Amino acid sequence: MSTLPEAAQAAPASEPIRITSSAPGPAPAGALPVEAGEIAFDIKNFSLWYGPRQALQDVSISIPAKKVTAIIGPSGCGKSTFLRALNRMHELTPGTRIEGSLRHFGADLYGPGVEAVAIRRRVGMVFQKSNPFPTMSIAENVLVGLRLNGVRDKAVLQRRLEESLHMAALWDEVKDHLHRPGTSLSGGQQQRLCIARSLAVQPETLLMDEPCSALDPIATAKIEELIQTLREAYTVVIVTHNMQQAARCSDRTAFFYLGRLIEYDDTRKMFTNPSNAQTEAYVSGRFG
Amino acid sequence: MTGPSPFLPTPGFASWRKFKSGAVTAVLVLCALAVIAPLFLVIYFLLARGASSIDWNFFTQLPKPTGETGGGMANAIVGTVTLLAMAAVVGVPIGVFGGIYLAEYGTDRGNDWIRFAADVLNGIPSIVWGMVIYLILVVPFKTFSAYAGGVALGIMMVPLVMRTTEEVLILVPQSYREAALALGVARWKVIMVIVVRTALKGIATGVIVAMARIAGETAPLLFTALGNNFWNHNLKEPISALPLQIFAYAISPYDDWHRQAWAGALVLMGLILALNITVRVLSRDRQRSH
Repeated sequence: MSTLPEAAQAAPASEPIRITSSAPGPAPAGALPVEAGEIAFDIKNFSLWYGPRQALQDVSISIPAKKVTAIIGPSGCGKSTFLRALNRMHELTPGTRIEGSLRHFGADLYGPGVEAVAIRRRVGMVFQKSNPFPTMSIAENVLVGLRLNGVRDKAVLQRRLEESLHMAALWDEVKDHLHRPGTSLSGGQQQRLCIARSLAVQPETLLMDEPCSALDPIATAKIEELIQTLREAYTVVIVTHNMQQAARCSDRTAFFYLGRLIEYDDTRKMFTNPSNAQTEAYVSGRFG
Repeated sequence: MTGPSPFLPTPGFASWRKFKSGAVTAVLVLCALAVIAPLFLVIYFLLARGASSIDWNFFTQLPKPTGETGGGMANAIVGTVTLLAMAAVVGVPIGVFGGIYLAEYGTDRGNDWIRFAADVLNGIPSIVWGMVIYLILVVPFKTFSAYAGGVALGIMMVPLVMRTTEEVLILVPQSYREAALALGVARWKVIMVIVVRTALKGIATGVIVAMARIAGETAPLLFTALGNNFWNHNLKEPISALPLQIFAYAISPYDDWHRQAWAGALVLMGLILALNITVRVLSRDRQRSH
């Protein structure tokens, strides 16, 4: 007699918390409690068109929180488009259209009245080519997102500067010349600076679009190491051309081909015993 | 095997060809000289006629009344600088914001129309601007004024500033816009703070080019700023400018005034040259930093 009401209470009690914690906008980003095992992106029947050309077809996938998910596939398979849809960056290309649902911690990213600006504060992005702002110093680059979003408190800015650079494993290399231009750093350091810049606004999720494709092996190894530490606090989704990289640093791997999600599973299984013949052919290097 | 090479031309053909080559080269060199010769002619005459009349008084004194020799163009020099500043206040915001609209917001069709209008605007004879501003800003207020002169010059800056701003904004790589947008920064802030700041030197260059272009304009000032033999104490009243003073002195019957007109022309030319040199320095820095 006592078990029934308890179970009935538990369900509605947990729901409001979830909804408030995932509402976009004024909720302080990054301060949200994210539990392991939670779903970061819940995507159902998602399709995307560039004008008349369909780039993504009916993708359904659940991306876990605080894990690294790798997106692999040959060029033109829609993996970058998929990544950009996760924080609505694809909308910069005119004439795009979507169908289906895409939720981030329960919040509908494409719901009516939802602003892309609010989403991008919670879902950051690191690009293929490092792009520190050329007019700004290292410190200004890290803090630009906070400053432009109205943070003026010097103590807060200083703390976020140090935290972000530590988190991006760049602090020791730049702490003595924070006022030099961001573009004075090496390629690998610039990419870590861009990661620090993304982390400074305290997103919950970090999207990485082939972050190492322009870097040498040593710089690549550093970024991969960094991705391992980021997993402890952030959800990471990484698009990569490099299958060894996907195998080395991701927990889950999704294989895209011709705009469709072909297979999605634990990385170990994807690379050792994939269920799909196309996945097998791709990961073993027989096409793509 | 041992005969003359088949690639050697016959002797007569070779000399005819050499003559043709030499003649065409000579024509090209003459044309190139004809391009730069006027500049040197202008500088030569200005220095020959004007340099001797430039002294301390020229920069510090007002024009002397008719019949007295001496005096200077201090009020005209200050007037030109004032008018240029007022023109910048009018022309730079309109031009820069218009350029931002073209580069960042406009649609292709709308932009075509705006660019076409700007090109037509750029081709409107400057005396026409003077007449239009006369109707709008002089007739209703019943007085020639520095304001009217500043507006007339400012409007002439707009097309040039707008097109340069658009061009340099388009050169800012898309990756900077994306990086800033991905931080959750609103689009207008991305444009104002990131994009415009990256292109700032190019925009400044465009502004200075436009200022150099209008600094010597005389026609739009004839019906607006009018000219003034004394200091301007109120921008609602007529103001002197170097081109106006040169014009007034050059058509006068007095040798002393002719002398001063040459000196004024030399100073005006120096001002425009200085603006152009600033542009060179700015754009050299820009090339180096990229």
